[in-house]
Amino acid sequence: MTLAATAGLLAAGPAPVAATETHGFLSPTGVEIAFLLVGLVTFGAALVTVTTRQLVHAALWLVVTLGGLAVEYLLLTAEFIAWVQVLIYVGSVVVLLLFGLMLTRAPIGRSPDADSGNRWAALAVAVAAAGTLIWVVVDAFRTTWIDLDGPAAGSTKATGESLFQNWVLPFEALSVLLLAALVGAIVLSRKAKAESDSPSVNSRPVTGSSPSVPDSRNHPIGRNGSAEGTEPSEQEGAR
Amino acid sequence: MHLAYPAVLSALLFCTGLYGVLARRNAILVLMSVELMLNAVNLNLVAFDVWLSKTAEETLHSGQALTLFTITIAAAEIGIGLAIVLAVYRNRGTSDIDKLRDTAESHDTDGPDRDALTAPQAEKAEATA
Amino acid sequence: MTTTNLAVLVPLLPFLGAAAGLLLGRTAPGFVRPLAVLPTLASLVLATVVALRQGGDQAIDAATGLTPTGSVPIELALHIDGFAALVAVLVGVVATCVQTYSTGYLREDPRYPSYAALVSLFTSAMLLVVYSGDLMVLLVGWEIMGICSYFLVGHYWETPEARAASIKAFLVTKLGDVPFLIGLFALATDAGSFRITKVLGTVASGGLDHPTLIALLLLAGVAGKSAQFPLHTWLPDAMAGPTPVSALIHAATMVAAGVYFIARLLPVFAASQAAMIVLAVMAAVTMLGSGLAALAQDDIKRVLAYSTIGQLGYMTGALAVADRGAAVFHLLSHGAFKALLFLAAGVIIHAAGTNSLAAMSRMGHLRARVPDAYWTMTVALLALAAIPPFSGFFSKESVLGAAEHVATGHTEQAPGAAGWTVLIAGLITALLTAAYAMRLWLLAFRGRGADAPDHGRQPLTMTVVLWMLAAPSLAVGALAYRVLPDWFDGRDLTPTLTTSVLGTGVALIGGIVTYAAWRHTTALAARVPLGAVAAHPEGDAAQVEAEAIASHAPVYGGVAYAPDPADPGRLLLGPLHRHAAVGFHLDAVYRALFVRPVQAGASLVRFLDREVVDTYVRGAGALPRWLGIAVRRAQTGNVQTYVSALLAGTVVLAVAAVLVATGA
Repeated sequence: MTLAATAGLLAAGPAPVAATETHGFLSPTGVEIAFLLVGLVTFGAALVTVTTRQLVHAALWLVVTLGGLAVEYLLLTAEFIAWVQVLIYVGSVVVLLLFGLMLTRAPIGRSPDADSGNRWAALAVAVAAAGTLIWVVVDAFRTTWIDLDGPAAGSTKATGESLFQNWVLPFEALSVLLLAALVGAIVLSRKAKAESDSPSVNSRPVTGSSPSVPDSRNHPIGRNGSAEGTEPSEQEGAR
Repeated sequence: MHLAYPAVLSALLFCTGLYGVLARRNAILVLMSVELMLNAVNLNLVAFDVWLSKTAEETLHSGQALTLFTITIAAAEIGIGLAIVLAVYRNRGTSDIDKLRDTAESHDTDGPDRDALTAPQAEKAEATA
Repeated sequence: MTTTNLAVLVPLLPFLGAAAGLLLGRTAPGFVRPLAVLPTLASLVLATVVALRQGGDQAIDAATGLTPTGSVPIELALHIDGFAALVAVLVGVVATCVQTYSTGYLREDPRYPSYAALVSLFTSAMLLVVYSGDLMVLLVGWEIMGICSYFLVGHYWETPEARAASIKAFLVTKLGDVPFLIGLFALATDAGSFRITKVLGTVASGGLDHPTLIALLLLAGVAGKSAQFPLHTWLPDAMAGPTPVSALIHAATMVAAGVYFIARLLPVFAASQAAMIVLAVMAAVTMLGSGLAALAQDDIKRVLAYSTIGQLGYMTGALAVADRGAAVFHLLSHGAFKALLFLAAGVIIHAAGTNSLAAMSRMGHLRARVPDAYWTMTVALLALAAIPPFSGFFSKESVLGAAEHVATGHTEQAPGAAGWTVLIAGLITALLTAAYAMRLWLLAFRGRGADAPDHGRQPLTMTVVLWMLAAPSLAVGALAYRVLPDWFDGRDLTPTLTTSVLGTGVALIGGIVTYAAWRHTTALAARVPLGAVAAHPEGDAAQVEAEAIASHAPVYGGVAYAPDPADPGRLLLGPLHRHAAVGFHLDAVYRALFVRPVQAGASLVRFLDREVVDTYVRGAGALPRWLGIAVRRAQTGNVQTYVSALLAGTVVLAVAAVLVATGA
């Protein structure tokens, strides 16, 4: 198919090298089997994450998914990325999401209306997108193999050298971005506090008088949470 | 390792996240689904970086660097997003996305085929103005 | 100043007066009456000066072309011969009298400023018609008169009769004006000019290609304007307007415009024998029918209206025998005495509080209440009945003499058949005229019963005008037939013995028979009480008249009809009375022939528009509306739905892009 030819052209350089080695499509190596099994677990956890009716469980299944992905990174020899994944996602982002669920008083236990009425349209779109993507990807890369032998491509040494030799300027710019996000999260929280002091200015009359308005002692927690979420990542990135 | 494994897994995860974004009602669950989509992209980046760094002797390691950046930005995004969700929740008392319908025209002026109704309403509006 | 400049000022002054009156009517009400009377009076003086200077000599011709107007030039032209000069004086006299009279008659009318301005505008237009030497300019004046007539007839627009009458007058005269316009174009095409002098020159050299067609087309317009059969039906209804308007427009001037027009272009008509025969028959039918109808009317003004139609028939009869001197002579004398009759009738209506002759015949001493109107009306009625030595006698005898002249074959100007037709119809009409004049006089002034209500004396402006107009009716006739031939085309206007004896004889017979019939029926009057009097006898004359018109139909069962057994006309006409009272059912015929089909067509068009055309329009609107409703449904405000649609579109686009890129 021409799509494969296009991809072959894209990979014109490495293609002869890969073609000389003998790979069996139907004879997977051990790494491939491991990748497949962990991938199945990851995908299943992701599916449960987006379909479960218990909100807290969704966050926990997300931990499984992200952890599975970290294992996949390890299998791809990208060890630094894997640890960063574990630290940031599993360590802070999920914790942050759990805090968010608590602060918005998400129901513990099964909530029957976790999915909106848009579910079937969403399913159709997602399946169509998945079909399209898988078709294109498989069609394009079915003759491409990753060479995992030799020195690890994603070792901490290689990553660090690359990052601080070639990517210093974007790295520093990214720290500015993180600072801006930090300030933004604080500002949003402070502004919300000002609004909650005079709720009749911007809020609707019905919801403004609703009992679910949280009291002000929640704000520092939310702010701390967001600060917690951003600061470690910055530190990790700087490390 | 065959490149199709990580690529297909990435596509599946991405579409799972897509489904979550479109189908979930709670805003925090939507944020979780966004994280899934970002992670799918990260997996792609890492896989291709490994492939290219070996076969094409690409030494920049742009895939891994970009993955780090993406993780960082995702963390920032989750912070900002949660702050917004909390602000909305404080103001509206809900974090359900399909209840935030301010972009739709309000229902009291809704009269697609009732011209006779809109005229008195317009008069009323003039009278109250 | 030259005579030409003076002549230009004659129509211009009333026009400026009208414009000033319309502009100042609300802001400066004190100026309205001087602005109404003075320009008219000034133009009367100027018209007299012009007439004296012209003196029946060579016609004054002046022309200026303002701008090139294509193949047939239109010029601002004057053509003042003896006819024009004298008719202009008549118009000036009547207009001045009417404006003066109106200041009293519409003393308290809130719409007097616009009324006076319209009368001035009308006067200006009539003077333009009289003086104009260009047929297009003449047409302008002709149409302005038509629209002024429409407004003035509808002056009491609160009453449905006035509204209907104004629309009818406008439509019927327009019905004649359309062929008139076509006829003018045809005439100008044949002659190559709109100038009257050039047209007459073409006719004299025999250059007219379609004389009969042109003459008949022009005749339609003349019949509409001069209320000749069959387009006369608007004139009796136009009596729903104020009395001064009836006197000015519908007796003395506008209706005379048609006659005057034929008199100006007589050679065009005389070029076609058929046109002259048609003219004669038209005149005869008009004279006889209107005489019979006048005898049966109950409204005093409708009697006069039908009488006007009959007298105009005399004039067209004179034109049918190609004697325009006689026609214009009768036009002049008739204009004076008919204006007098109308103005006196206005005084009587005011005094009696009704316009019904049947009601007046049950009032005692009405003549003692309005002595001026009584005496002047007597004079005018004698003139109308052509009793010597009043002016009507001489003018009518000149018409009859001309007809006899043609009938006996003394001249070759007109066909003999036309002469006989006009002569016989004229004699019978003389009998009828005397009969209805006598009936009018007897019913109005010889009533018996309760005394007429006393409103005190009439305003001085109204009574003085009556005497001013009575003077020419009394005295001028005998003088005029000796002087006028110098102004006209030199034909003798002296009454011949035969027609004088015949005419006066039948007139006397008509009067005596009517008197006898009245003696016979008047005993019945006391037994049948009848009468409706205006609700506000203290109001000014215009208000009384409006109320009288409005109350006539509900009280008597018709605008023209009253169930009065004491009416001598009922005895004289016998079974014909019922038909004569409604104008021989011409209105019903027109209604069946024209009004009903037009209304049916209008309702058909309305149906087509409402049900057929609008269906398509509604259908065209429905599809976008449904689309809009559908699109509106999609706008739920749910962000997830929007994103779903967006991503679905993205997927479709991506698939399409991939397929295109791979050439699949």
